[in-house]
This record gives sequence, C-alpha cells and structure tokens, in this order.
Amino acid sequence: MPISTSFAAPKFEVKSRTSLVSTATKVAVENLNFFYGRTQALNGITVEIPEHMVVAFIGPSGCGKTTFLRTLNRMNDVIPGTRVEGTVTIDGQNIYTPGADVVDLRRKVGMVFQKSNPFPKSIFDNVAYGLKINRMTSSRSELEGRVEEALKDAALWSEVKERLKSSALGLSGGQQQRLCIARALAVRPEVILMDEPASALDPIATSKIEELIFDLKKQYTIVIVTHNMQQAARVSDLTAFFLLGKLVEVNTTEKLFTAPDEKLTEDYVTGRFG
Amino acid sequence: MEVHRHLDEELDRLRDTVLRLGEEAERALLQAMKALSQRDDAIATEVLAHDDDIDQLEVDVDRQCIDVFALRQPAARDLRFVMSVAKMAPVLERIADHACNIARVVIELNKEPELKNHVRIRQMGDVASSMLKAALDAFTRRDPVAAREVIKRDSEINDLYNHIFHHLLEMMAQEPSTATRDARLLFIAKHLERIGDYVTDICELTVYMAEAAIIKHRR
Repeated sequence: MPISTSFAAPKFEVKSRTSLVSTATKVAVENLNFFYGRTQALNGITVEIPEHMVVAFIGPSGCGKTTFLRTLNRMNDVIPGTRVEGTVTIDGQNIYTPGADVVDLRRKVGMVFQKSNPFPKSIFDNVAYGLKINRMTSSRSELEGRVEEALKDAALWSEVKERLKSSALGLSGGQQQRLCIARALAVRPEVILMDEPASALDPIATSKIEELIFDLKKQYTIVIVTHNMQQAARVSDLTAFFLLGKLVEVNTTEKLFTAPDEKLTEDYVTGRFG
Repeated sequence: MEVHRHLDEELDRLRDTVLRLGEEAERALLQAMKALSQRDDAIATEVLAHDDDIDQLEVDVDRQCIDVFALRQPAARDLRFVMSVAKMAPVLERIADHACNIARVVIELNKEPELKNHVRIRQMGDVASSMLKAALDAFTRRDPVAAREVIKRDSEINDLYNHIFHHLLEMMAQEPSTATRDARLLFIAKHLERIGDYVTDICELTVYMAEAAIIKHRR
C-alpha cells in the first residue's frame, strides 16, 4: 500500500483536555530509522512528545509501534543485529550519543510491559528493587517512604499496605500490573513507556490502569502503545498512527478519532483497513 | 472483513431509515400545501393521520443510533454520520409536525369562505419543499457543496415570509371581517418559515458529516 513518506514534525495547538499542562517538548525524535539486520522496521520517524501528556501509538500488528517505543529507552540495544539512525533527544540530550549512560536513561525513562512481570519477591521488595540496586536511598526509613509513595502513586497502597511482605505473585493480574507501575515509579522517572499495559486485564482492572494513567500525567510524560483504539481515545491527549514502519499521522486524540487528516488513518480507525 | 461488513450494513440500514423519515416529512409538507390550495379536508386529515408513523420512524432512528454507538463505537466519518443522523431525525420529525400544524389550519380555513391572494404562501410552500428535497439529496450524496447552496436559499423563505406578513397585516387593517382567516394564513407562513430553518439545520449536519466542519451559528 503506497504511503506518503514525508510527514512534517507535528506541532500542536492543544486545547481542552490539555489546556492546564505545559506543552514543552520532552522527547524529540527526528528522522529515526531502525533496522533488524537488513529489515527496516522504522522509516523516517519524526515526532515531538510534549511534557506531561499521554501520547498513544496505535496501528496494526507489526507496524513498528512497539519497536518505536523501545527506541525511546534503548531497549532494542539488547537485540543483536539491530541498528538505529537518526536522533532521539530527551530534554535536548541525544540518547544515542556514543558514551550516553544507558542505565541512567532507563531510570529516567521507565517501562511497563504488556504482561505484568513482578519478581518472585515480596510486594515491598519488588518496589524497593530499583531503589536498592541504584543505591537511591540512604536509610531504611527513606526506603520505606519511597516504596509507600510509589505504591500510593500507582493507586495500590490501600490494597497492599497490610501485606507488604507477602509475595507479589499472590496479587491479582491488575494488581500485579499496578505493582509493576509502582516499581517503575519508585526510581522517579520522567517518562513512562507502556506497552499494551492493560491488554491482559479485565475491564475493571483496565479501568483502574486508565485512571492511573490519567493521574500520572500530572507528574510524568507517558507514551503508551495499545491495540485498543477506544483505550487510546480514553486516555491519551495525542494519538499517533503507525503503518508499515512509518508514522502516518499524529494529531490531538479528539481530531484523530473524529476527523483525521489522513485517509489511511480514517480507514484504520473506522475498521475498514485491509 | 466480517465485522466491517456488519457495521456497513447497520450504517446502510440507518441511512435508509432516516431517508424514509425524510421522505415522509417531505410528503407531509407537500400534502399539507396541496390540502391548502385544493381546500381539501380529506388530504389534511390524511396528513394528520400519518403523523404517528413519522413519530415511530424517529424512534426507530434513535434506537438504531443507540445500537451503533453502544455496539460498534464508530469513529471518524462513521461517528460523524451516526451523530448527524441522530441529530437530523428530530429535525425531520419537527418538519412533519409543522406540516401537521398547517393541515390543522387548513381544516379551520375550509370552514369559512376562501380567501384569495395567498399565491405567495403557495410559492413559499414550493420553496420550502424544494429546499427540503435538495437537502435530503445533499445528505444522501454526502455533498457539502449542495448543502451549502440550500442554506443560501433560506433567505428566499425569509423574504417571502416578511412580504406575506406585511401583506396580511394590511389586509387585516383594510378588511377586519377577514382578520381571523388572515391570521390563520399568517400561522401557515410562520410554519413554513420555521421549516426553512430546519432545512438549514439538516444541511449544516450534512456539512459536518462530510467535512467535520461545524458551521451552525456561524453565518
């Protein structure tokens, strides 16, 4: 299917949902190409992600949205044979500059995966894990305070405060996912990447995650990949549509779901694709 | 794809139902004006008898819109289509209500001797009918250009209404014995003027459906 290959970096005059937050650029991606060996998975991606907003990436399976998400904290580096071209800057710093501190990057840019992946440890130790290995606290009481803060931010504290020493594996699927969010929040990231964070959850647990995302954007910049278009419509301020490794359209979520600029986007959101 | 085919079928069914409602509203208007020009109580009574069917069509459109919203979560052009249809149905039903009101006035007028010189009212009825027909055609073809052309014609109706209004006031002053009948004709003119406004609403919804542009209250 032919697609225009040039899409200008979108600039947004953001209204309604986002009128109370800053729109300074947090993450700027310019002409990003990504290769798995000889296969090009991303093609000339240029987009700006504003601070304290939720940006959703939608598109059919294999379109490159998860690959793109993983370029934002260099998670693809661990895959042999991959190659990146172009720039990704966070707060003006190119994260692909030789010698960039990847550990610090991943503290700054946290990630939550499709399937909750708690460690086989206690609830407390799961949240404390990143703080301990990064030696981010100087006392037990400070550690406990940070764990409580993260659990509260993840809207889980009231459900687990009486059983912090119990195994995290005893939590429900939705609670485990919020625990993983708490674990990501504990190290005080600035950007949170979420890859299908609610795809394995029931509607009630999904609703809690979505409410959490809405609350978290006050403090964090959130990038979410989702197959669920209604979810993207519910939680995000901006939505980006990917197809065949290209970014077809980025728009305010209201615009993209009511009157998208690109016909390909219209075909996708109305379910007439393919 | 199966799911898309079902959605398309539901949208086609919704379009057919609202067009049937539109045709019935148009027919009610034409028949009411025919009852006026032919002084025919039977035609007027038929218009009134048919109103319940038109109300039922409006309810059918409502139900189908709710089903599509709840079960299909339409987006983009589909969302704009369903939204436009949901807002268009009560407008069409009100046009039919105005046609019924005209029919009621005709039955009252027919109890008294005929008043001449209401050619302009028949002309106003013709303009309103042709505008409604053109508006429904524009909706069917999703044609915003044609819809905008119809909107421009609302001034024709308004000009005719103003002319008739002043003419009938003069008639009332000159010939007080016909004042009641003049007033009834004035009601008919007012119903037609309102129908012109509703046709404009339909066209604005067609423009929104086709272009995602909200043009109401902006003229």
